[in-house]
Amino acid sequence: MLNTKPTLKSTRKALLYLAPLLIITLVFTVWPLIHALLMSSYVRYNYFTNHVGAIGWANFAYLWHDPLFHLALRNTLCLVFVAMPVTVALALVIALGLNRIPRLARFFQTIYFLPFVTATIATGLVWNWIFRLDGGLLNASLQHLGISPIDWLNDPHVALLALIVVCVWQGLGFNVVLFLAGLNRIDAKYMRVAQLDGANAWQRFTNVTWPLLLPMTVLIVINTAVTNFKVFDQAFALFHGAAGPGNSALTLMFYLYQKFYVDNQFTVAAASGVVLFCLVGLLTLLTYGYFRWQRRRLGGRS
Amino acid sequence: MRVLTTFLWYLLLICGAILMLLPFAWMILTSLQPATTTLTMPTNWLPRTLQWVNYQHVWQLAPFTRYWLNSLLVTTTTTLGQLFSSLLAAFAFTHLQFYGRRFLFGLLVALMLVPGELLLIPNFVTIAQLHWVNTYAALIIPWLASVFMVVTLHQAFQSQPRSLYYAAHIDGASDWQYLWHILVPTNRPIITAVAVLQVIASWNAFMWPLIMTNSEQFRTLPVGLMAFTSEQGTNYPLLMAASVCVILPLLILYVCLQKYLMLGITQSRWKGSTQ
Repeated sequence: MLNTKPTLKSTRKALLYLAPLLIITLVFTVWPLIHALLMSSYVRYNYFTNHVGAIGWANFAYLWHDPLFHLALRNTLCLVFVAMPVTVALALVIALGLNRIPRLARFFQTIYFLPFVTATIATGLVWNWIFRLDGGLLNASLQHLGISPIDWLNDPHVALLALIVVCVWQGLGFNVVLFLAGLNRIDAKYMRVAQLDGANAWQRFTNVTWPLLLPMTVLIVINTAVTNFKVFDQAFALFHGAAGPGNSALTLMFYLYQKFYVDNQFTVAAASGVVLFCLVGLLTLLTYGYFRWQRRRLGGRS
Repeated sequence: MRVLTTFLWYLLLICGAILMLLPFAWMILTSLQPATTTLTMPTNWLPRTLQWVNYQHVWQLAPFTRYWLNSLLVTTTTTLGQLFSSLLAAFAFTHLQFYGRRFLFGLLVALMLVPGELLLIPNFVTIAQLHWVNTYAALIIPWLASVFMVVTLHQAFQSQPRSLYYAAHIDGASDWQYLWHILVPTNRPIITAVAVLQVIASWNAFMWPLIMTNSEQFRTLPVGLMAFTSEQGTNYPLLMAASVCVILPLLILYVCLQKYLMLGITQSRWKGSTQ
């Protein structure tokens, strides 16, 4: 009972209820978290015998000097800072549109949300077929418009762009749903008052909708950025198991996978995982900070 | 003016919807094209004769029945297991008093921030040391607990009126009975919602089953589909037919349970972090 003080007996009982969760979480979340941090410092590590040769910064030094890691980092940042703003902006526009037509909104929402439900591997394969040079749908359409075909999948200059398109397409629906939920929470009274005061549609958006939507926007921006930081399945299916032509679409997750699964450099892979974790954490903090600052600024003006 | 803007909004939304649907339409259309027209752009979008036989070929060329059953097994067991462990834990956190309750819950919430990808390598080491590589245990047991699910259910259980709990106690119900006979039935929508989210995640999971298994026997559908791709290369009608088989069950589930899915997304962890 909640209105009583905890006793040893009640604690024992609660622990029985918590046992399944705690055991699995300890073995497969807490311990691996510690283990990942430890592993990133292991040198000459044999995972099966658990033999550690030495401890040091060698793995991070390796990453620091590895041109492939630099490429993966550059590509991932490019992916995050292009795909994320595009996804969020498009999702906001679509949500604003859907908010105007409540009757059909659900129908459209069902369509926009489809990519979230369907397996990334399967949809990635269709995109591979769409982007193909010979016989692909996109190039055939471009040809009709008089544009010479582009080899999306084999030209290192555009491969990353193709990956970005897939990521935007996939991430859109989820954000539309969240934005719509945020818009529904805005009290219609504010809108009516603004209208009475003679605010036009744009002024109503910048002065009412946007500030009230900010908490949701923060969440969406962070979530989309984190998702794009961890892109792997899309690239794997889009380029049939490779990281694009000449690794041109290598993401951090793909780098981790290659080091771990292909090259068997477990400790380097673990170190790259730690870097990924730190970047995601840093980005989350920065985004929170930025929006808090903006909220204060917007709050001060009204 | 008003009519015009509404019209423009509709136009935009419809164009967007077409772009979103196009890959799916293309997937289905290609899966029905004869396998010979693959590498040239089909002259007619609609295949002249629908090649349903492609689906039959897919089933003959790779053990998709096995992949299907594997996916079904892994998805159902992980979802049910997560529900069980999370319901018990959420009940304990909201209805039982014990030492370290707040601390433990805070720790779990903090764990939500850890990306699962960071844990992949150490988890593989654990699985290898347990000799679980290429077993169902590797695909199922690590996923029997979900902090996200506990936190979401915790929110729902907290808003349950206390008086119900006390009334049940006075009537002689034990905690165990109260949980399964009152708390679970009254919270069915949110429980369904988290379950649907988990089914989607399990069914579509790729990297974990790829790394934890390397024999055909234990492949789930996404891993099997990628293996099929490396065998068939560019035989797109067959690849697309296989892709349709992978996504179809979830499409049906989505259409039936869409309401719960939207509830799950808008009501779960998001709510906690926005307010």
